[in-house]
Amino acid sequence: MFRNNYDNDAITFSPQGRIFQVEYAQEAVKQGSVVVGIVSKTHVVLAALKRNAEELSSYQKKIIPIDSHYGIALAGLASDARVLSNFMKQQSLASRLNYDRAIPLAEITQRIGDRAQKNTQEYGKRPYGVGLLIAGVDARGPHLFEFQPSGVTQEMIASGIGARSQMARTYLERNLDQFEGSGREELVKHALRALKDSLSQDKELTVDNTSIGIAGVGEDFKLYEGAEISSWLETTFENKADDEETAAPETMEVDS
Amino acid sequence: MNHFPQAWGRPRDDIYGHYNSSYLQTANPTQHTQSPVVTGTSVVAIKYKDGVVIAADNLASYGSLARFTDVKRLRKFNSSTVLGFGGDVSDMQYLDRLLNDLDVKENYSHADDEASQLSANNLHTYLSKVMYKRRTDFNPLWNHILVAGISSESEPFLASVDLLGTTFSSPSLATGYGAHLAQPIMRKLVPDEEAVKGISKEQAVDVVKECMKVLFYRDARSMDGYSIAVISKEGIEIKENEKLENQSWQFAERIRGYGTQVN
Repeated sequence: MFRNNYDNDAITFSPQGRIFQVEYAQEAVKQGSVVVGIVSKTHVVLAALKRNAEELSSYQKKIIPIDSHYGIALAGLASDARVLSNFMKQQSLASRLNYDRAIPLAEITQRIGDRAQKNTQEYGKRPYGVGLLIAGVDARGPHLFEFQPSGVTQEMIASGIGARSQMARTYLERNLDQFEGSGREELVKHALRALKDSLSQDKELTVDNTSIGIAGVGEDFKLYEGAEISSWLETTFENKADDEETAAPETMEVDS
Repeated sequence: MNHFPQAWGRPRDDIYGHYNSSYLQTANPTQHTQSPVVTGTSVVAIKYKDGVVIAADNLASYGSLARFTDVKRLRKFNSSTVLGFGGDVSDMQYLDRLLNDLDVKENYSHADDEASQLSANNLHTYLSKVMYKRRTDFNPLWNHILVAGISSESEPFLASVDLLGTTFSSPSLATGYGAHLAQPIMRKLVPDEEAVKGISKEQAVDVVKECMKVLFYRDARSMDGYSIAVISKEGIEIKENEKLENQSWQFAERIRGYGTQVN
């Protein structure tokens, strides 16, 4: 029944020095639909692919605005993300109340990192089954952070997590040097192209299944969905033929 | 043998008589500060076009006794803010430790960048919460604090918080006796925020020194040794052992009706 003897709880090392439950939690992130984030000197963009469980149901929320200056995109267990986002909302509000300060992104990221790490060291707990991209602007400018179930957090220039996200990351790596100087619109295009690269062949980006979150210097974090993103989708993919040629993935490892 | 465990190890009643257990009572009712003990008098501060000037004398009084003459009541917080404390000196020292802890904590999370350091308005909000919490516990920190510095918007910032957690802000502020004697002098120079833009650093320093002099003339709990700080975007200049200059006690000769001179 068990893969091995060391995955019964989330806190015991295997003789190889691994904590299997944490690795399984990271698998849960790979089950979630893909989200990407990119940061430039002035803006930070999140783009996410939403999934609906069935034709009749609504789409699962992928981007959650937390405070006026930042938001998160999630891949993995949405309910775990809700717990984390509620915690982040509380912490952000507390920072504004007690210090009259928008919480620095590095600080809120560290706080959820610490919280997630506790779950990998205390008996009877389990890691969060969700990965997050935390994007926003603070006193130091735009930031993008990545959070993993292990409690590892990293500041990123661009990142993609979730199912088939390797394709998105490949796109991001190829265009890495363009991001820093990109403007708002360019950044959105890059994010959408990266997102599209990780789609399976039978899928398309539509106004229904795509979410975009943007924050910038002097611009609060805002979530764009539905009709608001139609023009971005149109302008990004109008020269489809060219795109497919340049971005055609060779043999690549695919997770899931 | 006494079989009651609570009597074990105690002097025996049949030998020593009934033990007066009232001496054992350690749980007295909790007591809170009813009045300050060792106190500092006025703090005065005024904004000018690029920053803020703040001053307080170096005296800590024990009632009317000039008990400690080298107590520094201005406190620097990182590179953006100076706090001036009026009122209880032990509560000032408690707040000093509290702010030290806060500073250490902040430096752990972002030591290397100036931009996300706590600025004067952040610190003022924090202090107002601390003071209001304590007054709500019926255990106030007996201080009136002026927060002078540079705000997160890089503007000169000056605001006050008192032992009740009341906050207010003005181009010039003074605590204690200074609120009566110094504030009118400073208001003549800066009646409103608009006037601040026309005030130079030298003008602001001069009026603060003048206020410290007037306070020394008329406030019996004051002293001629004082600290003065100038906070601007360039940083903090703080001088802690200044002496009042050009005093003139001529006005005193004409004062009749109290003191040694009765009529």
